[in-house]
Amino acid sequence: MSTAADLFYPESTARAGMTRLIYAGILIILSLILSLPLFAVISSFLIPVPDVWQHLVDTVLKEYVLNSLILMLGVGSLTLLLGIIPAWLVTMCRFPLSRTLEWALLLPLAMPAYIIAYTYTGILDTSGPAQTLLREFTGWQYGEYWFPEVRSIGGAITMLSFVLYPYIYLISRAAFIEQSICALEVARTLGCGPYKTFFRVALPLARPAIIVGLSLVLMETLADYGTVQYFGIATFTTGIFRTWFGLGSSAAAAQLSALLMLFIAVLIYLEYWSRKQQRFHHTSNRYSTLTQKRLSGKNAVFAGILCCLPVLLGFLVPVIFLIKWAWLTYGKVVNDQFLNMMWNSIMLASSAALIATLLALFMAYGKRRISNPFTRVAVNLSGMGYAIPGTVIAVGVMLPFAWLDRLIDGFFRTHFDYSTGLLLSGTLAAVMFAYIARFLAVSLKTVDAGLAKIKPSMDEAGRSIGLKPATLIRKVHMPMMRGSLLTAVLLVFVDVLKELPATLILRPFNFNTLAIRAYELANEERLADAACPSLAIVLVAIIPVIYLSRSISMSRPGHDYST
Amino acid sequence: MTTALELKNISVAFDRRTIIDDVSFALREGDIGCLLGPSGCGKTTLLRTIAGFESPREGEVWIRGIRVSDRKHLVPVEQRQVGMVFQDYALFPHMTVKQNIAFGLQDFKAELREPRISELVGLLEIGEFLNKYPHRLSGGQQQRVALARAIASRPRILLLDEPFASMDIELREQLAKEVRNVLKQDGITAVLVSHNQYEAFAMADIVGVINEGRLLQWDTAFNLYHRPATSYVADFVGEGVFLSGTVTGEREVNTELGVITGVMPLDLEQGKPVEVLIRPDDIIHDDDSSLTARVMDKAFRGAEFLYTLALEDGTRVLSLVPSHHNHPINEPIGIRLEIDHLVVFPARK
Repeated sequence: MSTAADLFYPESTARAGMTRLIYAGILIILSLILSLPLFAVISSFLIPVPDVWQHLVDTVLKEYVLNSLILMLGVGSLTLLLGIIPAWLVTMCRFPLSRTLEWALLLPLAMPAYIIAYTYTGILDTSGPAQTLLREFTGWQYGEYWFPEVRSIGGAITMLSFVLYPYIYLISRAAFIEQSICALEVARTLGCGPYKTFFRVALPLARPAIIVGLSLVLMETLADYGTVQYFGIATFTTGIFRTWFGLGSSAAAAQLSALLMLFIAVLIYLEYWSRKQQRFHHTSNRYSTLTQKRLSGKNAVFAGILCCLPVLLGFLVPVIFLIKWAWLTYGKVVNDQFLNMMWNSIMLASSAALIATLLALFMAYGKRRISNPFTRVAVNLSGMGYAIPGTVIAVGVMLPFAWLDRLIDGFFRTHFDYSTGLLLSGTLAAVMFAYIARFLAVSLKTVDAGLAKIKPSMDEAGRSIGLKPATLIRKVHMPMMRGSLLTAVLLVFVDVLKELPATLILRPFNFNTLAIRAYELANEERLADAACPSLAIVLVAIIPVIYLSRSISMSRPGHDYST
Repeated sequence: MTTALELKNISVAFDRRTIIDDVSFALREGDIGCLLGPSGCGKTTLLRTIAGFESPREGEVWIRGIRVSDRKHLVPVEQRQVGMVFQDYALFPHMTVKQNIAFGLQDFKAELREPRISELVGLLEIGEFLNKYPHRLSGGQQQRVALARAIASRPRILLLDEPFASMDIELREQLAKEVRNVLKQDGITAVLVSHNQYEAFAMADIVGVINEGRLLQWDTAFNLYHRPATSYVADFVGEGVFLSGTVTGEREVNTELGVITGVMPLDLEQGKPVEVLIRPDDIIHDDDSSLTARVMDKAFRGAEFLYTLALEDGTRVLSLVPSHHNHPINEPIGIRLEIDHLVVFPARK
């Protein structure tokens, strides 16, 4: 036995245990800090603000709830139609453009809802090209005809649906591909035609997956600020804003946020429950090649038009107008100030993306190495931010930061007779913290998925052939993780670039980004001038969509989609 | 009896690659046929052509006197009234067992559905899990449900695609017999696809051996084994070795094992080099025999040993010997020939 001790240098198990404890401790503390906004909002119910609250209940609360429900109902139904039908057609049939449409149907993902709202308002307004053309064509005068009003709840539903349907499309397409083709074939041998097969077998089988997509769509709908604000629709997000800045009650704003979170909690539960249902709806592990039905004649044209419509309305039309307006206005809009904003946006987005990815890496490894209920809960808690609307995150960041500022200021005043003023509130640090609390989930999910590909047995195999842990990380983990890390950085970058409400609330005075500039110009009714910053955002946001599209077009129907 | 299914010169091609080449056969009412062949031979494609999922490039498919497929016309699958059991059963996971079965009974009058379901419950013994969801059933239970669903509406013909492939090997033969009994009781005409000959023999009345898209022989199991039409069939069905020999007379072949006599199905001229199929049951172990062979390998099969024996010149043959004759490797043992069916093919070059 003594020879063994001479040959091997045993590690101190006590020291290894200590390292793990410290790691887990840091991880838990980090996750608590990151979920501070959520706790701040929820605990706001402890501070009574009866008069403001009563005022809200008496006047606007009912409207907020009602409008939010109408929006959810409308966006929910419209996205289901816009998402499921093309998903089924491109998966099961071949028709002109069907291969292109498979990925092109995702393009509206690059379009933030507020930008499409600004663009369509520009197109459909009384003085916009659509109505001008109509008047020139018919000779009618303004007021002599009826034209749909974009700035209405119906308009908001349409705008949000145009850009949110890809969630449904993506997830139901995956579900249709994953269904055993045998289940569909067996329905045909039992006498079902194509329509009956779709409604009685394919759709019910995909239902859990579609509900997951639907709950994501509804969360985005509730989180939207830019569209409803611009269209003047009173919902929770605009209400929170107004209560904070209009009524000056941060506590009431926080309570409204908490109420909104109640809605969202229901959706989170719905998503979670449907994901669990999915495994029972799993049909088979065998995949036979899916033979797509070749459509011809009238059917092919009809299917082609049906599937082109969402891409056209949700992406091509607005982008064409944005390009046109940007062309007309760039001389006036693109100046030093514009470049400065662009720099601000890129700087903010890239630092948030890097920090979020590093944090995600730290947490994902922590969960892998030290897997116990505490670390798992901690990591899951850090990933909750994706469900919290930007407005709510902003309120949740403001409250503790302001409290901390007052504390520090008070301390210095009493002890040193010196006022520190606001150290944290209204700084870039607050903005950055909000971004990370909200978008860490995105990087965490991507890094986690990447890490899951490195099976524990690979670690064991590496160790058993004599690789030191550091060598293992360098030679095995790094090459395998590189793609996921890059994706994580990219996704967070784009999300931050598009973000509007949290930046709007938390930014330092006079600090502008592209998204803020587009918002300001649109609200000044300078819609054409808003085209340049909007187009810049859309062009950057296309990058991850292309990335997603590529993986989609490589996953051919009938092939295992999950790998 | 009438013909339930007939294939006339069926050819199927995917992108110019021929998968099925000029296949014809007929199946009588109430019979169970099996398409037997190695994986990739085209048997599943042939089954799917009968179902109507694939369309033939040439030829016709007739089901009960109706032409359902030819090179220009295709009756849609859902109108053919064919039942199909898939390899993975393809039960609908969002429906209970009962709903799965009732799914096939949509065209039944409402008052006839319940009696038919109870009939199937009795036939397949699935009563105890009628209200459960498929993911809670074992593989064997799922299979019975899939079968019940497929035969519920009394299809004109039942198609089964490797129905036992996901079963334990030990269970397959027994299940095949059980399914056969059910089909016979219900009077169902069926076509089965399999790569396992024991499964095929246990279940089917008539078996077609398919290789590289061609139907080599459409015959009873007995004839496939004892009167194979081609050397491929002889090799694929059962065990055995080919011994080279020469034709010495009208009913005589001279081989390493001596002169073998018997009726030769083929007309072969004298002096022609041939191959003679020797099955393990053609070689009997006999301690008194003067002809000996050396034991090269042996496989214990319970009641019997399958010995691999080497003849004088090194040619190897197989022999089935009762297992109390336990001989060590390398020991020479006495053998004798007992050939009832002489199977001879022209020698391959």
